[in-house]
Amino acid sequence: MYTFSNRLKIASFILMAVGVLGIGIGFMTAPSTVEDAKAMVASHYDGHGDAHVVTETHGGADQAAAHDDASHYEHVLLQLQNKPWAALYVAALFFMMIALGALAFYAIQRAAQAGWSPLLFRVMEGITAYLVPGGIIVFVILVLSVAQLNHLFIWTDPEVVAHDKLIQAKSGYLNGPFFLIRAAIFLGGWILYREYSRKLSLAQDESNDDSNFKLNFRISAGFLVFYLISESIMSWDWIMSVDPHWFSTLFGWYIFASMFVTGITAIAMVTIYLKSKGYLKDVNNSHIHDLAKFMFGISIFWAYLWFSQFLLIWYANIPEEVTYFVTRIADYKVPFLGMLVLNFVFPLLLLMNSDFKRINWFVVMTGIVILVGHYMNIYVAIMPGTVGDQWSIGMSEIASVLFFTGLFIFVVFRALTKAPLQPKRNPFIEESKHFHY
Amino acid sequence: MASKVIHAFYDDDDVLMHAVKKVRAAKHHIEEVYCPFPVHGLDKAMGLAPTRLAITSFLYGCVGLVVAIVMMNYMMIEDWPQDIGGKPSFSFVENMPAFIPIMFELTVFFAAHLMVITFFLRSRLWPFKEAENPDVRTTDDHFAMEIEIHGNEQELRDLLLDTGAVEINITEK
Repeated sequence: MYTFSNRLKIASFILMAVGVLGIGIGFMTAPSTVEDAKAMVASHYDGHGDAHVVTETHGGADQAAAHDDASHYEHVLLQLQNKPWAALYVAALFFMMIALGALAFYAIQRAAQAGWSPLLFRVMEGITAYLVPGGIIVFVILVLSVAQLNHLFIWTDPEVVAHDKLIQAKSGYLNGPFFLIRAAIFLGGWILYREYSRKLSLAQDESNDDSNFKLNFRISAGFLVFYLISESIMSWDWIMSVDPHWFSTLFGWYIFASMFVTGITAIAMVTIYLKSKGYLKDVNNSHIHDLAKFMFGISIFWAYLWFSQFLLIWYANIPEEVTYFVTRIADYKVPFLGMLVLNFVFPLLLLMNSDFKRINWFVVMTGIVILVGHYMNIYVAIMPGTVGDQWSIGMSEIASVLFFTGLFIFVVFRALTKAPLQPKRNPFIEESKHFHY
Repeated sequence: MASKVIHAFYDDDDVLMHAVKKVRAAKHHIEEVYCPFPVHGLDKAMGLAPTRLAITSFLYGCVGLVVAIVMMNYMMIEDWPQDIGGKPSFSFVENMPAFIPIMFELTVFFAAHLMVITFFLRSRLWPFKEAENPDVRTTDDHFAMEIEIHGNEQELRDLLLDTGAVEINITEK
């Protein structure tokens, strides 16, 4: 049995406390009047002389420049008020997606009846435990958005929809109640599978036949069908709809690749951490090697999908599609291009060598790069539609990440203490123990 | 220089793997093992140095990438600038997204083909080459282990029979 070390527990509490404090300050310092917003933007430009030049050069593409000065600053005010919300939403979504990606990986191992991975099942189940609180937090943020307490999704604002033909045409699908019903069904389905599969997994340890294992196989196969559809719709609803005019048909796959690689990375990092503390004795470096192969492969898969989406839109150059990338390249050059380096070039070069995939610290370092890169991925997906060019990695963003890191660590490692780290009666456990490449 | 070698035949890859480990433990040098199919882990059991083929493959991939960049730059930017779909011309960087599929394909093409050619050269394989197999059965269902004899014929014979060899031949090489 794993015991949650006090040091780690205290660290997670400190992270959460600092996070809550920072998030609170972020909300409190958000401007409430146009004058405040003006002052903030002015001081921001004083601090970074070059930022002003950037906004001027892309001014032609910016809608706000067409308006007069007053309405421009009103727009800026809304963007700055949105910023702490968007920062909270990006971090909440990112950590929920880690748990969801790990759940998809777990379900695939179950449905494939994989022989190498049963030793890691308890680690995966620990990570997916975060889906319950993480999913509920995301749902609460979505409810608050629909209730107009923030402006993350502009299509929830009746005032905006009244003047927007394109959103009106989509409102049969993109409306508050239906949006929340879908979210509830998806989160409910994922959490239901997670809890049921976990229950069967624990029951298998105590049982004297394989009926729990077989049932788990069947529900996992069924879950994967549900997951594939719900994940795709989730990505349109929760991420793509912050830019309600824009659409991409492979967006679901692209977001899937992101959550899958971060989920696998989290599995690898938690496994290595537990091993360094003397647990999981039977996990050998071939298991780490396999996880690192997945990290390597899915990073390339992500880059492939990112580029497939980019190339077609860039080549066709249709205004309604290409605005998505025009705004990102104009206002988000560093995170937008930087994440390609973090998510593709680094994992490609660092994990290419077979031997490096077995070196724990190498896998952890690459894992950190991948996690940072995929945070940027979600950040660049959400921010342009919510705060426009008023982005910065400031108090709200860092505090949100700290808070959810703390919560994630607390929930995951508390779940790990609930059951023995090694499944007892999984039919493939012997194969997993002797797994070697 | 003619030397005497002993050929021990096996009819199962698991038995062969155990035999290789045993022979190595008894400090005999295994010249070669002939197999009808690749046996997983045999190279490690025989103590062969790890292959450097992967490194050559990486380098060939880099060559392919450079060739693609230079080629696309010459064809599409310098020699006869193309203007397709109103894309900005005269600049490699601005046109690069269109070149990435070619860069990828040539990287894979160079890495794969040159690696295979290197493998053939390194293994001394070329068209019309005479087979080196000591026995045609090693292309069908038998494995043969080759060990050089240094006046220890009887000792080797006993050891190999003990490891489960189905047949032992001694030949001049």
